[in-house]
Amino acid sequence: MKKDVIIIGAGIAGLTAAIYVLRAGHSALCIEGANYGGQIVNSPEVENYPGYQNISGFDLVNTVFEQAKALGMEYQNDKVLSVKKEGDGFVVSGEAASYEAASVIIATGAKRRKLGVSGEERLSGLGVSYCATCDGMFYRKKDTIVCGGGNTALEDAMFLSNFCNHVTICHRRDGFRGEPKLLEQLKEKDNVSFVTDVTVDEIAGAEKVEKLIYTDHKTGAKGEIPANGIFIAVGQIPDTEFVKDLISLDEAGYVIAGEDCATNVPGIFAAGDCRKKPVRQLTTAAADGTVAGLAAAQYTE
Amino acid sequence: MASLKINEGNFEAEVLQSDVPVLVDFWASWCGPCKMLGPIIEEISEERSDIKVCKVDVDENGDLAEKYNVMSIPFVALFKGGEIVKKSVGAVPKSELLKLLED
Repeated sequence: MKKDVIIIGAGIAGLTAAIYVLRAGHSALCIEGANYGGQIVNSPEVENYPGYQNISGFDLVNTVFEQAKALGMEYQNDKVLSVKKEGDGFVVSGEAASYEAASVIIATGAKRRKLGVSGEERLSGLGVSYCATCDGMFYRKKDTIVCGGGNTALEDAMFLSNFCNHVTICHRRDGFRGEPKLLEQLKEKDNVSFVTDVTVDEIAGAEKVEKLIYTDHKTGAKGEIPANGIFIAVGQIPDTEFVKDLISLDEAGYVIAGEDCATNVPGIFAAGDCRKKPVRQLTTAAADGTVAGLAAAQYTE
Repeated sequence: MASLKINEGNFEAEVLQSDVPVLVDFWASWCGPCKMLGPIIEEISEERSDIKVCKVDVDENGDLAEKYNVMSIPFVALFKGGEIVKKSVGAVPKSELLKLLED
């Protein structure tokens, strides 16, 4: 049956959009390829979302999910493969089924970028991790490496340095994009060291991670860092591959849409971390969900 | 049947010596993705009478986690004849977990 609005992605942006679509008196189907919740599920503590002094990402998003369900949101676990314009609406094709709607909201978010080196895939879950707060505890009193130079990398290194034997921050440039204050704090720590201006060549290990092999940009020499765990924090990629032929994306894959969340295709809106914008926080995801939800509701009228 | 709580004391008897395949969920209370997977694990436990479903809290059973190279959670492993034959890392959808149970 044709829905008024299909929302692709069930993180904070998508679920907030559903709430606004439903409260505007329209039907909403939310389709999610993984489990609902999005990236915030990985955060054990959220302290910057208004209304909660401290709440876990899991509890927060569970509450929002239940809120949307109580308002009548339909939820489907399916991986969306394509969105096509058909007549005055859209056909959303997933692995399991096809769905129709008058309007579509893309709220698929972003995921951690992979380093793309030999050994990374094979040793994923065997020492290679993309979530320090999830897996850090397995490296108590052990040696770890954080790859990256942004805020996430620095935050991950700070978190790990509290209980790891040693943390090496490995970055492809000399300079860091992350907060200078955080960088200063890390430089003062006895168990944190830096290997910068290098290219990572390989993550090596037979059964599990044993070391990282790199090339120094200045000298061209090869080097290696022994480690039990390697945390990759080299940025994010938006989950927008499936709509690249339909709507305009920037070179990094983010959906080009302004604060009105409208894409270049009338009837398709973008909300949350997959949209090109300067600030990606829970609050801005909720804001996008609000704007996109109301806009989609109005479009269907 | 509800899932069975496993510790170092009953792991041998309940998992390694089991006559039927055992799906073991390694998890921790502080892990959001593990909590996401929790209800799905319980559903599978209720639906599948041909297997046993167990949960191992890695905080309380660090030795078991280390023995099986659990370094990312949620870590769900299928044990047959005392050995891991298939595994899945991360908060995957139910359909992915059910694939572990296909021959």
